[in-house]
Amino acid sequence: MSRELLYLLIPLSCLVAALVSGFLGSRIGRVGAHRAAIGGVGFAFVLSCVVAWDVFSGNHFNGPVYTWAVSGGTRFEIGFLIDPLSAVMMVVVTFVSLMVHIYTIGYMAEDPGYTRFFSYIALFTFAMLMLVMSNNFLQLFFGWEGVGLVSYLLIGFWYERDSAIRANLKAFLVNRVGDFGFILGIGAVLALFGSLDYQTVFDAAPSLAGETTQGPFGFEWHWVTLICLLLFVGAMGKSAQVPLHVWLPDSMEGPTPISALIHAATMVTAGIFLVARMSPLFELSTTALSVVLIVGALTALLMAFVALVQTDIKRVVAYSTLSQLGYMTVALGASAYSVAIFHLATHAFFKALLFLAAGSVIIAMHHEQDMRRMGGLRKVMPVTYITCVIGSLALAGIPPFAGFFSKDAIIEAVHYSSTPGAGFAYAAVLIGVVLTAFYSFRLVFMAFHGEGRMDTKTREHLQESPWVVTGPLVALAVPSVLAGLLLVNATMDGSLFGSSVVAGGVPKALDMTAGGMLAHAPVAVPFWLAVLGIVGAWVCYLWKPELPLKAVGRWNGIYRVLVKKYGFDELYQWAFADGARGLGHVLSEWGDRRLIDGWLVNGAARAVARTANLVRHVQSGLVYHYAFVMIIGLVALMSWFLFR
Amino acid sequence: MDFFSQHLLSLLIWFPVVGGVLVLATGDDRRAAAARWLALGISAVTFILSVPLWTGFNRLTADMQFVERSLWIERFQIEYFLGVDGISVPLVLLTTILTIVVVVAGWQVIQSRVAQYFAAFLIMEGLMIGVFCALDGILFYLFWEAMLIPMFLIIGVWGGPNRVYAAIKFFLYTLLGSLLMLVALLYLYRASGGSFDLLVFHRLPLSGSVQTLLFLAFFAAFAVKIPMVPVHTWLPDAHVEAPTGGSVILAAITLKMGAYGFLRIAMPIAPDAAHQIAPVIIGLSLLAVVYIALVALVQQDMKKLIAYSSISHMGFVTLGFFVFEVRAMEGAIVQMISHGFVSGALFLCVGVLYDRLHSREIAAYGGVIKVMPVFAFFMVFFAMANAGLPGTSGFVGEFLVILGTFSVNAWYAVIAALTLIVGAAYTLWMVKRVVFGAIRNPEVAKLKDLDRREFGVLLGVALGVLIIGIWPAPLLEVMDASVDQLLAHLAVSKL
Repeated sequence: MSRELLYLLIPLSCLVAALVSGFLGSRIGRVGAHRAAIGGVGFAFVLSCVVAWDVFSGNHFNGPVYTWAVSGGTRFEIGFLIDPLSAVMMVVVTFVSLMVHIYTIGYMAEDPGYTRFFSYIALFTFAMLMLVMSNNFLQLFFGWEGVGLVSYLLIGFWYERDSAIRANLKAFLVNRVGDFGFILGIGAVLALFGSLDYQTVFDAAPSLAGETTQGPFGFEWHWVTLICLLLFVGAMGKSAQVPLHVWLPDSMEGPTPISALIHAATMVTAGIFLVARMSPLFELSTTALSVVLIVGALTALLMAFVALVQTDIKRVVAYSTLSQLGYMTVALGASAYSVAIFHLATHAFFKALLFLAAGSVIIAMHHEQDMRRMGGLRKVMPVTYITCVIGSLALAGIPPFAGFFSKDAIIEAVHYSSTPGAGFAYAAVLIGVVLTAFYSFRLVFMAFHGEGRMDTKTREHLQESPWVVTGPLVALAVPSVLAGLLLVNATMDGSLFGSSVVAGGVPKALDMTAGGMLAHAPVAVPFWLAVLGIVGAWVCYLWKPELPLKAVGRWNGIYRVLVKKYGFDELYQWAFADGARGLGHVLSEWGDRRLIDGWLVNGAARAVARTANLVRHVQSGLVYHYAFVMIIGLVALMSWFLFR
Repeated sequence: MDFFSQHLLSLLIWFPVVGGVLVLATGDDRRAAAARWLALGISAVTFILSVPLWTGFNRLTADMQFVERSLWIERFQIEYFLGVDGISVPLVLLTTILTIVVVVAGWQVIQSRVAQYFAAFLIMEGLMIGVFCALDGILFYLFWEAMLIPMFLIIGVWGGPNRVYAAIKFFLYTLLGSLLMLVALLYLYRASGGSFDLLVFHRLPLSGSVQTLLFLAFFAAFAVKIPMVPVHTWLPDAHVEAPTGGSVILAAITLKMGAYGFLRIAMPIAPDAAHQIAPVIIGLSLLAVVYIALVALVQQDMKKLIAYSSISHMGFVTLGFFVFEVRAMEGAIVQMISHGFVSGALFLCVGVLYDRLHSREIAAYGGVIKVMPVFAFFMVFFAMANAGLPGTSGFVGEFLVILGTFSVNAWYAVIAALTLIVGAAYTLWMVKRVVFGAIRNPEVAKLKDLDRREFGVLLGVALGVLIIGIWPAPLLEVMDASVDQLLAHLAVSKL
């Protein structure tokens, strides 16, 4: 089998699965639909593993599949770039997707939209694979918008809920703000390089790095900086970086499996992937890297604070996702691209795990999501509890769990980074460590420990979720423990990603092997910060549960700011949603209706009417008579011109 | 076969016109079924006739093809001169495809004066194809004006309650523009020493001030038709009053005649004036993209909203023309074709709802997906195409126009790209309020999903939108040589 065919089969099997379960869902039934979807995605996973094995044996690929269009001498192509970066992404995407597919059988068992759901998530997997396998900006944008579409459909999956369809519209529009930058970035790439093919662009980039263009207010802009910043605006939308993060918490209106798949593990990391893929360009612009670094640090810090005050179990995990995306962005800004992808991969496993564990709790609690009504669940849900603790330990960065290695590598990279803003970012990621550990274990303690605070009816019905739910939890717990240990050496010595991303970040002198990092952990600051966070959570939520209330009383102003999420939503609602509508009303009323219609058109009509009043007795008032008269008039006029 | 290919364009114009007369001959509504089937047959045969235009078209040359030429009125050298290039071929095909769509769409909806309704569409089809094929100024003008009559009848006879206002508005706007075009054509007749040959006009040396006046005269005719801001207010009214089929043709093809006029007449005849006035037109186009999008956002009536959306999308077309860049211009032409499918389909969707509930108010709906899931699928699909989602035809034009514009002037592209946000906002906000949500109106709960006929129509258009979106290469290939040649022509000053 030729390689092209193999590559093509991976996304196409997902697409076919989506079409079959979507369009034939009513014929083949629920079981048929989930078999089709799981079969397609499972097949893609197996093939992705084969491709990964092939890639790590040294067989890379870069070539077109078909020519989408040719215009003005530019060939727009659909094609694949298969290298270590895309191979890692493909395995992560298809694996998490497969787990989520299996989990969905249990989670969505009673939902009337069962087959539709499978169709969507299979379609998502297709679009995400097209995104990561692309060898050019056009297809990247295709996949980019494709995942955005499915995200829109899935957030609004329960379309009768007003909050859900509000959230999905918001998600789509905020992402479109990012895409606005993205498409202009693509325009800039084409204008500077004359091609949208990655390799052509990367090859030409160093020699064009000095090119400048006249910007607004007399500034000289480096083209490359401009391109990177515009592309990063796109990344900020998709990867929910401040200030375009507002859609992600609301996306929790969607069913939990997609929160895990799309809004934690894969789609939201597309922006991280984008910057890593563009690393040859970003490396040429310190300005762009500095912006990336600072935006990432702000996201990591600000969102971690908000996570502290959330009471909805899914929202805690959502804000934690935002914060962790900030960590990845920080790594990108510090030029540690491979480290960012490393954290992306480990995060995909443990965050999907945490979401699915939260979903398992939600099933048991009969769709109650408020942690204040939970407690003591560890006794009835041992599998969910243990896997959730594993996920939380990984998230908090406790050795030897996966998150420890990737997060520690980020912290070291920022520590030694010379990008402007690195000092601030270093402080932000260190504070973030305490906060991460605190909110993660706040969730664990509130949900699983202490006394049960649910009503008696719920308490009596509490039970561990079925195997289709716990199975994926266990399957995801394994890489949440092991992925860091297994991948850290290859990531840090550069053998994992090879030349697919620019090597940079952590100085070679540091001992960043698995053994070295583990040995160093007990004397390192981040480790103790994480421990501090966990102990803090234990003190506040198990030992002295009255403490949080006291703190809220003492620092009420800060608490309110956090609960309000810094007021971004209110500001945007006022400035953009209401603002645009208000402006639209003004323009519609004053521009179209009064000025153009009232004054120009109807004014002219009245003038005509007054004249016509004199001769209207010869007219019948039927529209087609007018039309006929018009033609006669024209012919007469024409004759006059011609015969005179 | 030889006869066939030599007279293909005449066939395409006159077959549906004669067919329309035949349909008319079926008479009153007792023989409505006959009229319907006959109309369907004629539109289908016309489409089949148009296929050789696509397959037999030589993509390597920008010369006029399938040319037919004979003297018509000797005294004034008015010729019966037809021909197509890569710009007109896609538009002719769009016309033949969408006529089938409107015939099927009007199948059961129209119950009074059935024969006349279908006849009007068939005659209009022939006349519109005539506009896209005519290479003689007077012939063009005749088709251009004659096409208004069936459109008038469609709005006037089968239209809504406020049709008189809409019709008079339409009338005033168009009349003013068209008259100036006629004057310009007559001037050119004299300047060329007695010819109405558009291709002769293209090569005619003209002074700067004459070019400016001519260009403005043509601009008046075409800008109204497109329509461009600020002469756009007839369109929402016309759409609201027109029956579904009328809206589809109006949005999908009539508007394109204005844009086509720029490419075939105004720009090549007065290239220097076109360059000179370009900043104004670009300004108006960008105004259409942003201003109109904001106006669209607050519309209460679905048809008005889609009408405003059309104006906004046509702003992309004129933007693409007047930056004088290959990708932008090709993108603009793709946008014309795509908009034909997408806006047509959206009007069909509104028609489907209107036929059931007799309301176009957004507020009357909500939760339609619950009772009409298949319809909801199509509505969301076409809304996404309208918002320019990649994989649909709506993306191709927008993408190429933005890319092409960026290489000319990044700031134009910045404003144009705002459509990604505002275009999605008004389209999806409408979808949210109509398709999604809980059912609030008890009447909505009784709605029936698409029947086979409606399903077939929407599926056909959806496939067109998808094919162009996934593989636009063939469409671009057809127009490539002609666009190159046009831009080369425009680059040479006539002064």
